[in-house]
Amino acid sequence: MTSFSCDKHRFHREGGMMEVFPSSTVSLREFGCEQTLLSRPDGSASFVQGDTSVMAGVYGPAEVKISKEIYDRATLEVLVHPKVGLPGVRERSQEQCVRETCEASLLLSLHPRSSLTLVLQVLHDDGALLSCCLNAACMALMDAGLSMSCLFCGVTCAISADGEIITDPTAAQEKESRALMTFAIDSKERRVMMSSTKGSFSVHELQQCVAASQKASEKIFQFYRDSVRRRYSKNL
Amino acid sequence: MKDTPMSNCERDFILKAIEEKKRLDGRQTYDYRKIKITFGTDYGCCFVDLGQTRVMAQVSCELVVPKENRPNEGIMFFNLELFPSPLVYPLQSELSVKLNRQLERCLRNSKCIDTESLCVVSGEKVWQIRVDVHTLNNDGNLMDAASVAAIGALCHFRRPDVSIQGEEVTVVSQPGPTRRGFIVRCLHHSIFFFLTFLLVDPCEREERVMDGLLMIAMNKHREICSIQSSGGIMLLKEQASRLELADSSLDNYQKDLKAGGRCGFAESMPQERITALKTDQTAVEMTDVSETASSIVQTAVAPPQTVPSPSVPVPGVGQVGEGLRNTWGLEEEEEEEEDVEMDVVEILDSDEEEEEVVILYPETTKKPK
Repeated sequence: MTSFSCDKHRFHREGGMMEVFPSSTVSLREFGCEQTLLSRPDGSASFVQGDTSVMAGVYGPAEVKISKEIYDRATLEVLVHPKVGLPGVRERSQEQCVRETCEASLLLSLHPRSSLTLVLQVLHDDGALLSCCLNAACMALMDAGLSMSCLFCGVTCAISADGEIITDPTAAQEKESRALMTFAIDSKERRVMMSSTKGSFSVHELQQCVAASQKASEKIFQFYRDSVRRRYSKNL
Repeated sequence: MKDTPMSNCERDFILKAIEEKKRLDGRQTYDYRKIKITFGTDYGCCFVDLGQTRVMAQVSCELVVPKENRPNEGIMFFNLELFPSPLVYPLQSELSVKLNRQLERCLRNSKCIDTESLCVVSGEKVWQIRVDVHTLNNDGNLMDAASVAAIGALCHFRRPDVSIQGEEVTVVSQPGPTRRGFIVRCLHHSIFFFLTFLLVDPCEREERVMDGLLMIAMNKHREICSIQSSGGIMLLKEQASRLELADSSLDNYQKDLKAGGRCGFAESMPQERITALKTDQTAVEMTDVSETASSIVQTAVAPPQTVPSPSVPVPGVGQVGEGLRNTWGLEEEEEEEEDVEMDVVEILDSDEEEEEVVILYPETTKKPK
């Protein structure tokens, strides 16, 4: 699994390119979100994509340990708790992906020498876990009222064995896929903020997945807008 | 991050209210908060809401080699995690250890799971049942919620069937029910010393001002399985027995467990709240995706050439190894070696700091190649 935190991608140009069929059955599973469901954290949200659900809690800005303080920015810490067992290496890599995305979109210089803690608890994993974590993180940061320069959302794409692109795959689809990619897309210009990929794919397939994720992200941003509008509306 | 300390006037307010038999949320002294138990989509997952305290438990199992002194018994493993984890808040680690011990003692010593039924092949393979309890929100009385969640998850869990053929043990994916002894329930009471008041199910504010804690675990036959008392409070026997009888919610709890159907966390999300929103499955427009992709690929900058073994001729960086040019101790002579080989790639982004590296040499400056 490789992960980048910048926009430009470096890739190897392969000899023959695979013929990718334009698929018309790409869809996102049903998703839902609930905000402010925990009383202790400053902001909390749970995001559900199909059967995958993740709960996020944000604490901050709060006091930071002297060893971790940064003089001009807030220190962001992300913790991912798996459902079974103690956090391991996989959770550390997921934490890094989420942290880099959040650091790129939060205005950290507004809270120097403070700490922001984001805790993600996996409630059920049925595929597309990292993108569900990213979406829950964004909604929790919004709920906590932290200033962000842009919103972000996570979309997972899988390339099946016959070259079909599936967005928001279930666990069964992920298992049979040839490649699995997760992108974090920002809301202002729909650019890729973070990408995490697993498996082998061609250049053309990568760009197709990026384009598909950008299309899918429109739906998710519209959903963010609707939930916030619903929250502050005077009637349901 | 330290928890915000409680102010004196808040503390006095709560104590004074308890003196007048009033609680913050209007309950009576022996009233419990509303318990809501829901089960997740996969077997062995249980969510418990005790007022604002939310806890999730997940049970998983694995075939392992049994302990040597108990070859016929399965292994039970409990783990309770606070949200956020105690690595971040060191003051919480004490609480985490205490809760872990209490949970383990309450559930293991009460023999609520018949460990001998977990044995598959005596001395070789037994089931290890692992119960992970994650506290999502701590609003007081975590122990009670955690024990309810753990028992709920154990009741909900289905152990896979195993078929044994000679030496081989194969796990059949169809799960069957776990046999269990009896259900155990922990009750959590907090004690206020100088007022000699007992409160059942304290919320987080009340927990901060309490003087002592009494936890009683009972099974469905109303036998006490374990008692934990902290705070140095002396309790009269009558008070302890009164607490037992006052617990009528044990029966409701059992009813809830039996009635709890399988509804995932997704379905249990409330629809009528303004803080919740749900959408259906949506299709994604993919019509011009391949064209956009092709255009991006064509206009993209060619990637830099990859080389099998790049060498970096920057002062301060050397390489040693078989088949490579040995530059150990030869930084002074680098300007002389100008032969550019085919597979040498100039890495142009040099770190300025590297050029200021001072290299200390021993007395003998020239090292043999």
